[in-house]
Amino acid sequence: MIAIPLSWYIVFATVLFCIAIAGIFINRKNVIVLLMCIELMLLAVNTNFVAFSRYLHDPAGQVFVFFILTVAAAESAIGLAIVVLMFRNRRTINVDEIDTLRY
Amino acid sequence: MNHSIFQMVCFVVFAVVAVGAALAVVSVKNTVHAVLALVLTFFSAACLWMLAEAEFLALALVVVYVGAVMVLFLFVVMMLDIDLEPMREGFIKYLPIGIGAAVIMLVEMLGIVGVKTLQIPAGANPAGASNIEWLGMALFTRFLLPFEIAALILTVGLVAAVVLALRVRTFSKHQNPAAQSAVRAAGRVRMVKMAATPPAASSKQESQA
Repeated sequence: MIAIPLSWYIVFATVLFCIAIAGIFINRKNVIVLLMCIELMLLAVNTNFVAFSRYLHDPAGQVFVFFILTVAAAESAIGLAIVVLMFRNRRTINVDEIDTLRY
Repeated sequence: MNHSIFQMVCFVVFAVVAVGAALAVVSVKNTVHAVLALVLTFFSAACLWMLAEAEFLALALVVVYVGAVMVLFLFVVMMLDIDLEPMREGFIKYLPIGIGAAVIMLVEMLGIVGVKTLQIPAGANPAGASNIEWLGMALFTRFLLPFEIAALILTVGLVAAVVLALRVRTFSKHQNPAAQSAVRAAGRVRMVKMAATPPAASSKQESQA
């Protein structure tokens, strides 16, 4: 039996999501921190899924979290591989200096 | 009653730790410290999931994220020799915008969700004694096809990461196992038919020397 109200989970997830949004705004030069902010957002969304799944008695929410974890793991692996490749070719991961496609 | 108060205290403690660590992730100067703070965030969130009786996913979060993805992040951060100073410029400049956008989004989202109206009673645990059995029954019946597709996505991700990060070193000496095992005798030894007479001229020169 859970005594914690559902709204606590939602407030927690919302706060986490907004911190990640602020992180994307203020760290917009460092690709690695941007990737970590995306992970934080996914964590917030997953927390919502888990809480709703438990309170609405539906396993689909937790199964969906399972899939989100899978896709996020693949995404971060590919993202970090791209970062490594970018650093190898350009010697930088500063977002402002990666503008070749603009010209 | 005592039990429920203990649960609430645990929730507040883990939530405060997670939010504080998330703030550290976005604000700390050293990227390695940011990754470690993110590990702490994931761990606290896993404890919160455990409080929501999602035991399998909580453990999966610890194993997959803290154990694999965050270690990958740490490897990449430590492998790249990054000059952090130019990354930090504009931090102060964008700080008010970031905080403003985050606060506005927070107020809007909480206003839309309507925290006061969301008072669903939790009820008994639908999973019964075993969360993993409850999850597995859904996963391997209704969601079997997405499960297989998830496996495919992981394979594609693995191959893509390897192909992206693989560097073929053309300047270094290396063996080619395929060429080695494909060798035949005809490719190595060339049979030449010659007359069975000794070369007279060269043997005379050797004796003179």
